Parts: sequence; structure tokens; C-alpha cells
Amino acid sequence: MNEINNSLMNTGTLWLPEAISDIAGSVDSLFYFIFWISVLTFIGIMGVSLYFLVKYRASNNKPKEKHITHNTLIEVVWTVVPTILCMVIFYWGFTDYMRLKTAPGDAIQIRVTGEKWLWNFDYANGTNTVGELAVPVDTPVQLIMSAKDVLHSFFIPNLRVKRDLIPNRYTTIWFEANKTGSFQIFCTEYCGDGHSNMLANLHVMPMDKYQDWLASGGGSNKDMPLAELGAKLYKQMGCNACHTLDGSKSVGPSWLGVYNSHRQLTSGKTVTANDNYIRQAIVDPGSDVVAGYPPVMPTYAGKLSDRDINAIIEFIKAQK
Amino acid sequence: MSTKTIKNYLNCETGIMSWLTTLDHKRIGVMYLLFIAISFGLGGFFALALRMELLTPTQLYLTAKQYNQAFTLHGAVMVFLFIIPSIPAALGNFVLPLQLGAKDVAFPRLNLASFYVYVLGAAFAIFSLFNGAVDTGWTFYTPYSTQSDTSVISMTLAAFILGFSSILTGVNFIATIHKMRAPGMTWFRMPLFVWALYATAIIQILATPVVGITLLLLIFESTFGVGIFDPALGGDPILFQHFFWFYSHPAVYIMVLPAMGVMSELVTTFCKKNIFGYKLIAYSSLAIAIISFLVWGHHLFLSGQSSYANMIFSLLTFLVGIPSGIKVFNWVTTMYKGTIDLKTPFLYFLSFLFLFCIGGFTGMFLGALSVDVHLHDTYFVVAHFHYTMMGGVVMAFLGGLHYWWPKMFGKMYSEKWGRIAAAFVFVGFNWVFFTQFILGTKGMPRRYYNYLDQFQPLHAFSTMGTFVLGTGFIIMAVYLIHSLFKGEKAPANPWGGLTLEWVADTPPDHHNFHETPTVTTGPYDYEKAGY
Ligand code: HEC
Ligand SMILES: [Cu+2]
Ligand SMILES: [Cu+2]
Repeated sequence: MNEINNSLMNTGTLWLPEAISDIAGSVDSLFYFIFWISVLTFIGIMGVSLYFLVKYRASNNKPKEKHITHNTLIEVVWTVVPTILCMVIFYWGFTDYMRLKTAPGDAIQIRVTGEKWLWNFDYANGTNTVGELAVPVDTPVQLIMSAKDVLHSFFIPNLRVKRDLIPNRYTTIWFEANKTGSFQIFCTEYCGDGHSNMLANLHVMPMDKYQDWLASGGGSNKDMPLAELGAKLYKQMGCNACHTLDGSKSVGPSWLGVYNSHRQLTSGKTVTANDNYIRQAIVDPGSDVVAGYPPVMPTYAGKLSDRDINAIIEFIKAQK
Repeated sequence: MSTKTIKNYLNCETGIMSWLTTLDHKRIGVMYLLFIAISFGLGGFFALALRMELLTPTQLYLTAKQYNQAFTLHGAVMVFLFIIPSIPAALGNFVLPLQLGAKDVAFPRLNLASFYVYVLGAAFAIFSLFNGAVDTGWTFYTPYSTQSDTSVISMTLAAFILGFSSILTGVNFIATIHKMRAPGMTWFRMPLFVWALYATAIIQILATPVVGITLLLLIFESTFGVGIFDPALGGDPILFQHFFWFYSHPAVYIMVLPAMGVMSELVTTFCKKNIFGYKLIAYSSLAIAIISFLVWGHHLFLSGQSSYANMIFSLLTFLVGIPSGIKVFNWVTTMYKGTIDLKTPFLYFLSFLFLFCIGGFTGMFLGALSVDVHLHDTYFVVAHFHYTMMGGVVMAFLGGLHYWWPKMFGKMYSEKWGRIAAAFVFVGFNWVFFTQFILGTKGMPRRYYNYLDQFQPLHAFSTMGTFVLGTGFIIMAVYLIHSLFKGEKAPANPWGGLTLEWVADTPPDHHNFHETPTVTTGPYDYEKAGY
């Protein structure tokens, strides 16, 4: 994940990663407004407590005085002042929230489908990608999202946007990125074993590049050597959610040493894991299920081009 | 023990059966305490397992599934078996009748029954541990929970049964508070701990049935395939979230209100001052209890709930914070011109004050809609609720435990080690959880088994803090157990408290008081007591 520059820790302020939209900037202002109110009030409360602790320690002799048990003025003040501050924060938070929710009518629409454990993106011109979302800079973009299986949640920290995806229902997000570059996308609603691998990248590019990218069917990997492309797809397509490379068993079998080994299937057959077998396992996983594993692998038919499948086979070959 | 043993509730009857069939609220309280301590140990064990795995960005020693099971069990055990019953069922059972000047709770048999219902619920929870431990998160969100092949049913059944225990205790406490107060103890002469338990009991009775029926519906759905919450069957997953949080948000106050009650007791006793703003504190408990029913939607800001619902829930969320803030101001002001004694229980009071304030302030970030969009389901939320639940409730529980320990067992623990442990817990806690605020604001999502390399330094740092925190708890366990056997004999009133439990013998007699006490003043009249 380090190959692209999507750092959250090393950009922005101590607390927040770099903000790449106007609204994100406004959200950050509110964040720091609450932050400073909290810090000051906290220091006030702790300071007063500390002062009392030192001054009124039992060992300090002090004159006997009448005990104060209440004081209406002060009690009213410390009820009313925080209430007013809270209302300011509430109002600010709500108005920005409405801005975050209400997409302009001319926004480019992209469909997002979340499934265990990858992100599918569908563009109006028929291009579809997995794990890579490209958008033009300085242009409003609306994502229309739905989930296939369980709840997921789509989170782009740098844009301060997040929303749950629900099966059989659409939810939306919109944003207008003002900076080009690659940024991190997370799934933030717990969805099972591969939840933490359900990542994607956001690529914000100039409009002309975006158009090229769309026309080429989602950025061609034509020049990339096969094994390298396979390694990329392994992560991007979410194979890593179920298959390890180090021999340890996960949801599915590890790819270490799989190529040309003998596979015991639930049907009782034993087959050799050659190119055809692997291709079949990818496009029609239900047909040959490896013994000892549940038939949970989704099919990748239609999501991977022939070249992509060849690349993955090369990558699996290389895992010895 | 000296040769002339005075009969008390611990030695008036002996043998294991005398405990298992006891109707004495004090013994029931002690049995709860034992189970709660064990649950805390179990929940803590899972927490440690999680933090260790998070030392590295990829697999260290757990598989993804085991990790998911560990965080689910950590949450479920800590919430259902530990925090919810901790103060009301363990400390409350012991202290409430004593503070009221009563012989027992209103329904002693029901009290024992609710203990056994708790044990039954715990048994189901433990059973589900060995029977394919749940991996859904303690929130059991649908449709994941209806599709998971782990033992969701036995765990939800456990939570359902534990809910009943909680309801029964609530009913019992309300009846006790209405009917069993000593002569002269008007409502406004009740200790604030009693007020807090009263407000808690209201929530327990009104909210717990909702989660009970929700979990039952969940079981129904996964057993009979009736579509209620699972969209694949035509159900609505968001409905589950509404039902679940309709209970679970008020449940936050089932945990916090009793803790606030303990705080009021600690601050008055260790400052030898009448509480500042008694009525405001009492009423704010009730206000919290009522408003807490109306804020559940703040857990659903991002789940497709309408913007107007979001607006109202956000507004009410800010309102529910205000009574808590008022209490903090009252406690601090109570210290003004007091006679402050920094004993171990008071150190936990101060820890609570510090940590709970941070918990409350960070709640404002989450209540503000636009900021919540960024922070929801990140480590910021994890840190926030640990500051309120552990930094708040657990600190108050420990404060109360150290405060009433001498009364419960007639023995003093080592003050020196008590202070050392309190320091370890305080430092360790901040070390672990403050770090997680930064992880969260930087975008680290929660419930992540693997994480980006760039988050490793903070994760590793947070994990290191767990050792400091754990050391604190181990020291505490050692000196507390040691005190039972070797501790100095405790006087009847070691801290100079004025509430009625300090009038009783130490440990109290089986019937609590030799003669029914009469009450003539408010609970904290230290001025009259010569301070
Ligand atoms: C949801 C988890 C999951 C995901 C994601 C997943 N797989 Fe699988 N995969 C499995 C399971 C389980 C098996 C074993 C059962 C079977 O053969 O269907 C398997 C088997 C295989 C096999 C046969 C391996 C053997 O040991 O014989 C291949 C090849 C394979 N997967 C490739 C892929 C590729 C390529 C991807 C990504 C494009 C992928 N898988 C994504 C779960 C998954
Ligand atoms: Cu997820
Ligand atoms: Cu809540």
C-alpha cells in the first residue's frame, strides 16, 4: 500500500489528515472550534480542582466557616453558558452536514457496490473498476451506493465523507475534490473476516486525464509485466482478504505452492492445479471446491479481463 | 479475628449452602462482586489479546476470525457481564439498604433470583465461547449477525437473560427506595447514590425489555427464516439498529448514573463538605434518565436515517450532555473550602473527574453532525467510549469498591499500595486510550484486524500502555485479596462518612442495624459534624 502517496499520518495537522475539499476545510474548522473550547474548559476545571486540592488539604489548618451548599446565580450561569455553546456547535454541525448531504444537480454520478470484500465502481460510459475510483478534480461527483451482502461503509478520510451501504437500498455521498493525487478509501462498517482488507484508492485527476482514463476503460495496465499486474490485482481485487501468500490458512487456501500441486476437491476428485484449473477457480468458483473450505469465494467472471486472469495465474505460479 | 467474635453477616451462618441460598442483600452483593471480578478478568484477557495482535499491521498470532471473535467477546463480556451489573448489582445491593437504614431490599427472594438469572445468562455467554464464539461485534448488527455461522443465538440469548436480571434488580430497588426508607428520611434526605440508583432503575425497567424482544426477534429470524431484519428475506437492517440503540444508548446511562452517584458520595466524605447543589444533582439524574431515551438515533447518523431525524437527535444529544456537565461543576465546587483527604477512593474520584471530562468533551465532537461523519466508526469513537465507560464507570466502581471495602469485609487494605495501583491505572489508561484519539482523527477505522503501515507507531505505543494498566490491576488484586486475610481490622467508620451505612457495624450485622436509625438532617451535613 505504500507505492501510492496516500499518507494520512504525515499530511495535514497533528490531528487531521490533509483536507482536499472546501467542505472538508469547514468541517475541520468546527473540529478545531470544539477542540479549543474543550481544551480551555478542561484546563479551567482541572486548574480549579488542583487549586482546591492544594489549598484545602486536610493538613492545612483553616478557620471554621459556614458551608456553602448552593448558589443560584452560579448554578444558572454554568447551566446556561454551556447550553448556548452547545447550540452553536449543534447549528454549525448541522448546516455543514446539510452541505455534505446535498449534491449539486450537475454532479457526475458513479455507482458503488460494496460486497465482501471489495469495492466495485460503475461509470456512466460502461467502464467498471474494482478497488480504483477515479474522479476529475474541481468537479462535483456523486456516488450512488448499495451493498450486495451485508452492511459496509464508504469512508474517504481526506474528504471527510462517510456513509453506510445497505443491501436493497441506495445511499449517496458527494464531494468536490480540489487537489489531484491518490487517496485512501476504507470500509468502516464491520463486515467480517476481510473487513480490514476492504480498501480502495481514490485517484483525483485533471479533467482531460480523467476522460482518457474513462475512454481506456479504467486505466489500462497494458504496459505492466504480467506477474507485477497479478501482484497488484491480488490486493486490488481483494483476493488478499481470503488468500495468504505465506502458507497460513485463511478463509481460503494459501497460494504458497499451489501451482501444479494436487488439489483434493469436495467432489472427491483430485486434480492438478494447472492454468485451466486456476482459471476455472476464478471465473466459476462453485464448480471445483477445495476440500476443507466453504464455497464462499465470489465469482470474478466479467470483473477480470483475460489478461488480468493470466496475470494472476503468473503471480500464483511465482508463489513457491 | 479476635477471640470475642461479634456476629456479623459474614460469620452468622457458615457453609457454602448458607451463601447459595442466602436472602441477605449483603451476601448477594458480595457474590455479584465475585462474578463481576471474574468477568472483568475475562474481558481484560480478550482486550490484551487484541492489543497484542495490533502490535503489527498484519497477522501476528491471531487469524482474522479469532481477532473478530476476541473483540466481540471483549465488548459483550465487558458490557453485559461486567459494567452493567458492576455498580448497581454489586455495590448497590450491598449499600442501598444500608444507606436507607433498611433491613434488606423490598423483595429479598427476587433479589436472589436475579442473581441466579445473571449466573444463567453468564453460563450461556460462556457456553457460546466454546461453541464457535461470536464474531459479530457486541452490537450484533444485521444482516451480518443473521448470516454468521458463529454462535450468535446463544450469545444473544445470554444478553436477553442478563437483561432480565437487570430488570428484576431495577424493580427491587425502586420498591425498596419507595417503601423502606428509615423514619425521617424524606426524598431530599436520601444520599445521592440512592438517587442515582433510582434513576438507573427507571431506565433498567423501561429500556431493557426493548433489547430483550429485539434479540428474541433476531433469534426468531435466524431460526425460522422470518424476514425481520435481513434484507435478503425482505427485512430491514436499520430497524434492528433502531431497536438495539433504543436500549443500548439508555444503557450507557445505566452504567454512568450509578457511577455519578458514587462520585457524590466520595466527594462529600473525602472533602468533609456538604454537597454543592444537592437538588440540582438529584434532578439532573432524573433529567439524564429521561432525555437518554431520546438520543438513540445518534448512532445512526450515517446509516441512511433522514437528515431531519439526524438534526433532532443531534440537538438532543447536546442537551443530554448538559446535566452531566452540571454534575461535574457541582463536584468541583464541593471541594471549595473543604477538608480534603487524598485517600485511595478519592484518587479514583479525581481520576474519574479527569477522564470523564475528556470523555464528555469528545462526545461533543461526535454529537456535531458534520464532524461525526468523519469520526464515526473510527478509533476516535473507541477512545471516546473507553473514556466514559472505563475512565468514568470503572474508575467510580473502583472508587466505590475501595470506599466500601472496609465495610464489606471488615478489613483495611494497604493505603500505600492502593495509591500506587491508582497511579498505574491512571497513567496506563491514558497511555492506551489517548493515543487512540489521534489514530481515529487521522482516519484509522475501528474493528480492523490489519491496518496501514503508517498507523503502526501509534498502535504499538497504545499497546505498550496496556502493560502499565494491567500492572495496576494486578497490584490491586493482590493487595485486596491480601487484606482479606492479613488486613488490619477496619473501624466502623474509617473515612468519617455521615450516611447511614457508616452507623452500622463493620462488617454489618445480619440485620444491618441493631435498632432502626432515625434521620433528622440531610445526608452530608458535615458542618453540623464539626467541620
Ligand atoms: C471471500 C473469500 C475469497 C475471496 C475474496 C477470494 N477467494 Fe479464492 N477461494 C476462496 C475459498 C474459500 C476457496 C476454496 C474453496 C473453493 O475452491 O471454492 C478459494 C479457492 C481459490 C482458488 C483455488 C485454490 C486452491 O487451493 O486450489 C483460486 C485459484 C482462487 N481461489 C483464486 C482467487 C482469486 C484470484 C481471487 C481474487 C480475484 C480470490 N480467489 C478471492 C475464497 C476467496
Ligand atoms: Cu467492512
Ligand atoms: Cu448513544
